[in-house]
Formats: sequence, C-alpha cells, structure tokens
Amino acid sequence: MRTIAIIAVLLIANAGTAFAASEADYKAAYATAEAANKEAGTLRNQWTTTASTLAAAKKAGDAGDFDTAVVQAREAEALAKASIFQANSEKQRWKDMEIH
Amino acid sequence: MTPRLAIRAAMALALGVPAFAPAAHAAETIDPVADKAAFQKFFTDKFPKLKREDFVNGPYSMNEDLHKQWQEKEEFPPYEFSLEDGKQMFTTPFKNGKTYADCFPNQGIGIRQNYPYFDEKEGKVVTLELALNRCREANGEAPISYVKDEMAALTAYMAFTSRGKPMDIKIPNDPRALEAYRLGKEYFYTRRGQLNFSCATCHVQSPGERIRAEVLAPALGILNAMPIYRSEWSGMGTTSRRFITCNSQTRAVPLNPQDDEYRNLEYYLSYVSNGLPISGPGARP
Repeated sequence: MRTIAIIAVLLIANAGTAFAASEADYKAAYATAEAANKEAGTLRNQWTTTASTLAAAKKAGDAGDFDTAVVQAREAEALAKASIFQANSEKQRWKDMEIH
Repeated sequence: MTPRLAIRAAMALALGVPAFAPAAHAAETIDPVADKAAFQKFFTDKFPKLKREDFVNGPYSMNEDLHKQWQEKEEFPPYEFSLEDGKQMFTTPFKNGKTYADCFPNQGIGIRQNYPYFDEKEGKVVTLELALNRCREANGEAPISYVKDEMAALTAYMAFTSRGKPMDIKIPNDPRALEAYRLGKEYFYTRRGQLNFSCATCHVQSPGERIRAEVLAPALGILNAMPIYRSEWSGMGTTSRRFITCNSQTRAVPLNPQDDEYRNLEYYLSYVSNGLPISGPGARP
C-alpha cells in the first residue's frame, strides 16, 4: 500500500511537471500563431480577436507566466486558422449571398 | 445582436453553409445594369410601402416612429455645425491662393452624385474623399484624416450642394472598371471577422431588424446620406469611418482608409443606388 502511495505521488508530481510550459514552449507557440496570423493578413482577413489574444499571450510570456502564454498563443493560432479558412471558403461562398 | 441574427451567424460559421442562399449564382458574369435592377427590386419588394427615394434615410425609413424622429431632427440637424465648417474650409484659399473649387468640375458644386468615379488614367476608383486629399496635396497642403471631422465637414458641404440630385455613377467600357466593380461586389458579400458577417448580412438580410438598440439600414441608398452625424459617435463620420467601423464590429481588422477594397466597395454600393437622391449630410442614431 505504501509503495502504491509513493508511486501515485511520483506520478502526480511528474504529470504536473509535464504540463508546465517553458519559455521555449511559449516562443514556439507564439511564433506558430504569429505566422498563421500573418498568412491571414496576406488574405486581407485578420481578426481583431486574434490580435488581442496574441497580445495576451505576449503579456503573459513577458510576465513569465508561460502556462498562460502557451494557452493564449494556441488560442490565437486557432483563431488565425479559422480566419484563413473563412477567407479561402468565402472566395466562392460569397456568391451564394448575392441578390439576383 | 438579435438572438435570430446571432443564431444564424453562429450556425453559418459552425456548419460552413450560407445562412442565406438564393437559388443560383449570378456572380459569374459582370452585368452592372442587371445587378442594379435586381438590387433595387429586392429592396422595393421587401419594403413595398416605402417610396424608392426614402431608402436614403436609412433606419429612419424603416418604421414610422423612427421616421418621426428623423423629421424632428431635421429641424435642428446635428450636422449643421459641420456643414458650416465645411463651407468655410471649402472656400478658404490654400497657401498658394487656390481653393478646393479649382480641383473639381463645376467648381465642386453639385457634383457629389458623380463620386466615386473610375479614373481610366490611373486604372482605379477615385472617391470624393480621396480626390479632396489629392487636391490638398496638389496644392502643397498636408492631407487630412479620412475618418475625422475636417474630411466629414468638407464632404458634408459638397453633399449638401448635391442634395436631391440622383446618384449617377458611371462604369466606363474598360475591363479594369468592371473588375473594380466586381471586386467591390465581392467585398460587399464576403463574410469576414470572427462574427462571420458580410456587409450584406446586416444591410441586405436584416434591414429594419435590430442589433441591440440599433435599427439596421438597408444597403440601397446607404451611401447617398454620407457623411453622417451619428449619435453613437457623438460626431460626424465619413464613408471611410463607416466602413472601418463596420469591419471592427464584425471583429475583422479594418483595412486602411482608401485601400483599394474600400474604394471598390464604395464604387459598387454607389452604382447600385444610382437614381436615388443624394441626401447627405445625414443623421443617424
């Protein structure tokens, strides 16, 4: 029983460290999100929410809160990718709305 | 936003299907004359009791109470000070002794209905706001902001001298002009921003409906009233300001004033309102 408890404590501790983000994780996640947002920019379709979420990621990263920074950067990446999807799909879909 | 609009937008984004899908595509060919006829018919059919020329009064045309508010506002219009400022600016000589009048046909009086136009030399659409700043620069003056009071005042005065004249936008027989028109149309119907709204989502699908406390204006004649005093802004706004604000409200990053997309959009929207009277400067809630 004692052995099991020790193993459980070690596993929990290990799981905790596995989720702790490093500065490198933040920088990688931020760069990925920024690149996606840049691509949305070339499509002339950036979202304000991507920009504000990227700003939140940077603020957390600058404060050393890398867990939050990574979460925010990934959220920004998802938003940027959604804006890219929207821009590409609207190249044809806009015609469905036209009055004729 | 009304629950109905919010649900429609959310479902469209989630499912990747248009919330409003007329039967067939007409976008493959460029036929501005047919577009204009269909566009105007859509609105006159949707609001059969409304006189065609009343569409230029935007939300104030959409119900009787608002129309009464508009009539009362017009007795002491909130854009009056801007109009006076605009007249003074327009007639005050630049440092070189010339005035705005020297840059425009008919000395700039009664010409608002012809803007924007397609400049065949440049191969691009030229809006009135752009022409005013080009006039300044050609006369050694610094350009003014496209979204602030001075530009609104100048365009208010020029619009006032055209009041009642029918919008009269020409599309020359030039493939570049047709392409500018087509791109303007595409921009108008393209959904953007996190809310997945196009200009048409509000101003074609939902005129007369409310977004929070605001009644949405019909797209037909929407630029005939520009520039406008908006109570929401507590001040005047230009067409550039209106486009930028619309983009922001859908959570799209706005473009720069007078970027090609906005110029083309203004060209398209003005053309499909040809024949409706200039009513600017206007007032809006």
